Amino acid sequence: MTARFRPGEAVTVRRAPSIGHLRTPHYVKGRTGVVERICGDFANPEELAYARDGLPRRALYRVRFNQRHIWPDYGGPEGDTIDVEIFEHWLEPAREVEG
Amino acid sequence: MSDSHGGHDHAPPPGHDGPLTYYQLKEIAVRELLIEKSVFTADDVRREVEKMDQRTPAKGAAVVARAWTDPAYKERLLENGTAACEEMGLDMGQTYYLVAVENTESVHNAIVCTLCSCYPRTLIGLPPDWYKSRAYRTRIVREPRAVLAEFGLELPESTVIRVHDSTADMRYMVLPRRPDGTGDMSEEELAALVTRDCMIGVAVPTAETVAS
Amino acid sequence: MDDHHGHHDMGGEPGGGPIDQTGHDYALWEKRVDALLMLLSNPSRALVRVDELRRGIESIGPSAYEELTYYERWITSISNVLIERGVYTSDELGRKMAEIETREESAR
Repeated sequence: MTARFRPGEAVTVRRAPSIGHLRTPHYVKGRTGVVERICGDFANPEELAYARDGLPRRALYRVRFNQRHIWPDYGGPEGDTIDVEIFEHWLEPAREVEG
Repeated sequence: MSDSHGGHDHAPPPGHDGPLTYYQLKEIAVRELLIEKSVFTADDVRREVEKMDQRTPAKGAAVVARAWTDPAYKERLLENGTAACEEMGLDMGQTYYLVAVENTESVHNAIVCTLCSCYPRTLIGLPPDWYKSRAYRTRIVREPRAVLAEFGLELPESTVIRVHDSTADMRYMVLPRRPDGTGDMSEEELAALVTRDCMIGVAVPTAETVAS
Repeated sequence: MDDHHGHHDMGGEPGGGPIDQTGHDYALWEKRVDALLMLLSNPSRALVRVDELRRGIESIGPSAYEELTYYERWITSISNVLIERGVYTSDELGRKMAEIETREESAR
C-alpha cells in the first residue's frame, strides 16, 4: 500500500466515535498534527480484534501533536509535543493550520 | 470514575499458602486444558517463563552504553532500533518495531501506552506496576512535567518534552544522555548507570546512579 | 458523539491522582498467564491475537477493569477468546476448575 501522506505533512485525525476495538486514542480526535514518520504497513487491529486477517495492510504513521493544541489548558511551554501512532484511515488532510 | 483503588494496579494476593483465587484457578485450568489438547506442552510454558525472566533492564542498559561509546552504533540504533538490538544478540521477537528516541540537551522523551500497557518488553522485560496504572496513563500525556517531578525529575522550560504514546505497532525506548564526568568509564561501568526508569524517560542517569 | 470512548482509552482523563511507585514482583502464576498469551499468539498457533486479548479486556466493563489486577484481566480475556474460538467449551473449563480446586484443597 502506498502511503498517502508524507513526513512533514499536516494531518487531522477524523472525528468519529470509537466503535469496537481501535488504537486511535480519543484525545487526538479532531486534532491536527504533523507526520513525523511513516512506520510501514500493518494489519488492521480493528479487524484482528475480531479474529479476521486484518488485510489489506494499512499505512501507519507517527503523528506529532503540539501539546497546547490537544489540551487548551496545557501548562508547559510551547514546544512540548506528543507522538501518537495512527493508521491512515483515521487521517485526513489538515482541515486548518493550527498555531 | 472509581478512585477506590487509588488508580494503581494493586498487587495480587499471594498464591501459595492461602486457597487459590478464582483467577489463579482459571490460569491452571486453562493451561492444563491446553496441554491436554496438545496446543502446547508444559515445557513450552516453562521455557516461555524463563525467556521472559531473562529479559531485564540490564539488556537495554547494554544497548544504551554501546550507543554512548560507539557513534556508528548509535546511528544504527536511531535508524532501526530492532536491528541494532539484534546486533547485540538480543531476541526481539517478531511482534513489533523498536524505536529509540534520543534525549539531547534540549529534548527529553518519555514513553507511555494510554490504551493498555505496550512496553519494550522483549528488550527490558515486563513493565513496573506504575507504568500500567491509571494515574500514569491518564496524566503523563496531559501534565508530563508534573508527573516527571513526582519521579524527582524537574526539567527546565527550555527543555522540550516529547511524550510517545505507544498506540500501535511501534515500541519505544528512551536513549538517555550520557552523564557528565563519565569520560573514563568502561562500557560495563556506563551500563550500570542506566536504570529501567531512564529508558522509560521518568529518570535520567547520573554519574552516581546505581542501576537496580 | 466522538467523545464516546472506552474506559481503557484514558489518556488525559481527570482524577488520576498521585502515582504509586511501589511495585510488586510478578508471581509465578502471573508469569504463566503472560506465557500463555505469548504461546497462543505465536503465529504458529495464532489462537489468541493480541488485539483479541485487548478487545476482551476492553469489554469487561469499567468496574471490573478497575477491580481486577492486570493478569486477572488477561486470563479472563484469554479464556473468553479460547471459548469463542471453540478451543474448549465453558463446560469443560468449569469442570476443570472444580477438579483443580478439589485437588489443591486435598493437597494442602
